[in-house]
Amino acid sequence: MSKHVVVIGAGVAGLEAAGRLSKAGFYVSLLEKEVKTGGHLNDWYKLFPDRRNSSEVKHYLDKLTLNDGIKILSGTTIEKFSKRKSHFSIITDKGNEIIADAVVVATGFDLFKSARKEEYGYGIYDNVITSAELEGMFRNDKIALCNGKIPGAIGIVHCVGSRDEKVGNLYCSKLCCVTAVKQAIEICEHLPESKVFCFYMDMRMGGAHYEELYREAQEKWGVNFIRGKVSEAGETINNRLVIKVEDTLAGRPLKMELDMLVLMAGMEMSDGGKKIAGISGLNTGENRFFSAADPHYGSNISNIKGVFYAGTCTAPMNITETISHARAAVSEVMDYLKDVN
Amino acid sequence: MEKFGFTISKIRQIDYDSNDRSIADYIYEREPSFRLCIECGGCSATCTTGNYTNFSLRELHILIKRGENSQVIENLKKCMLCGKCILVCPRGVNTRNIVILARQAFQKSDSYAI
Repeated sequence: MSKHVVVIGAGVAGLEAAGRLSKAGFYVSLLEKEVKTGGHLNDWYKLFPDRRNSSEVKHYLDKLTLNDGIKILSGTTIEKFSKRKSHFSIITDKGNEIIADAVVVATGFDLFKSARKEEYGYGIYDNVITSAELEGMFRNDKIALCNGKIPGAIGIVHCVGSRDEKVGNLYCSKLCCVTAVKQAIEICEHLPESKVFCFYMDMRMGGAHYEELYREAQEKWGVNFIRGKVSEAGETINNRLVIKVEDTLAGRPLKMELDMLVLMAGMEMSDGGKKIAGISGLNTGENRFFSAADPHYGSNISNIKGVFYAGTCTAPMNITETISHARAAVSEVMDYLKDVN
Repeated sequence: MEKFGFTISKIRQIDYDSNDRSIADYIYEREPSFRLCIECGGCSATCTTGNYTNFSLRELHILIKRGENSQVIENLKKCMLCGKCILVCPRGVNTRNIVILARQAFQKSDSYAI
């Protein structure tokens, strides 16, 4: 009889893991708290660095998971999690018990809640929005202020909720810099008359083709990069935004009016992941993400034998890395179940 | 009259919106590589002038872009146009031409005396 693996979370990592486990001959139950699978992929319009439509990746994952060996239980959360000898008992919010031989945790990330950085005025000023909300505007092909007017000057603030002790996040979310560059280019494409300013602490373009995209933003689109962390945003009497930043490369403070401010929200351990950690006894680190057994060769392995991690529930990752990490988790599951009767 | 040591300090803040960035626009149009600078400072490190005076080509670029033109004029004449900076630049910016174009732009403009 084929062994049963439960995958928790049906975002990119969960779908990839479920699809590969099924291909390897396991029976898979895929639990998802939302009604729809796909996670954050559903909120993004185009992906960096090649700016392909996110629905293409969703389509790939849907195709991979469309088979009889995978049972998708959406709109389901987990209330109890325990290990009995070599198998796991999972009790859902509907009171059902699922017995599994192994578990893959793929609970992903939540975007940093930008209102926590009150000084940037999210939720206070109308035209301060998040990177996710800008994606929605791209999807609807309409970038506009709340009064319907087209913005002329748009500022992008990097590191919102990342590398910031004040919100308890010491780590770099890694993807916001390249997202900022991608979105800056897309703004220029949609609104050729607009001026875009990126306010950054460091440009961390550490991925394949990221630096090239940064160069394109400068060379082809004339995006302005100003090194310095915005200290605060305010509003003028005519409802424009005014920001204060130290232009660290000029060594002088700088003041500028903008029509719209986009906040590059960082990645945090998801609330769903925190709940799983609470009921299962899985270890989390200082950054609140799940902590793996070894950062080099054990990044899928947890402190509970038979429970494995896939994707951004352990650290910020892009889609390429998430998919690779999910495949690696599957290989760990195969290795583990080989010896378990 | 007795002076008590009170002075009015000029604000150090760069007022981006009221600054005149026509010099920068003049250069962008004629030397597009001006956009590519990532402020690494390689040009300033190799610069002979920069090693003996407080001239910084890196800083000059940013001041032009921000429209801090009075400070730019002060420094622009210090460059000897040797062009060593071009050899160092990792982004392929024609740094020497930027100095030449900036001088040109100021000469053509009525608002500045150079």
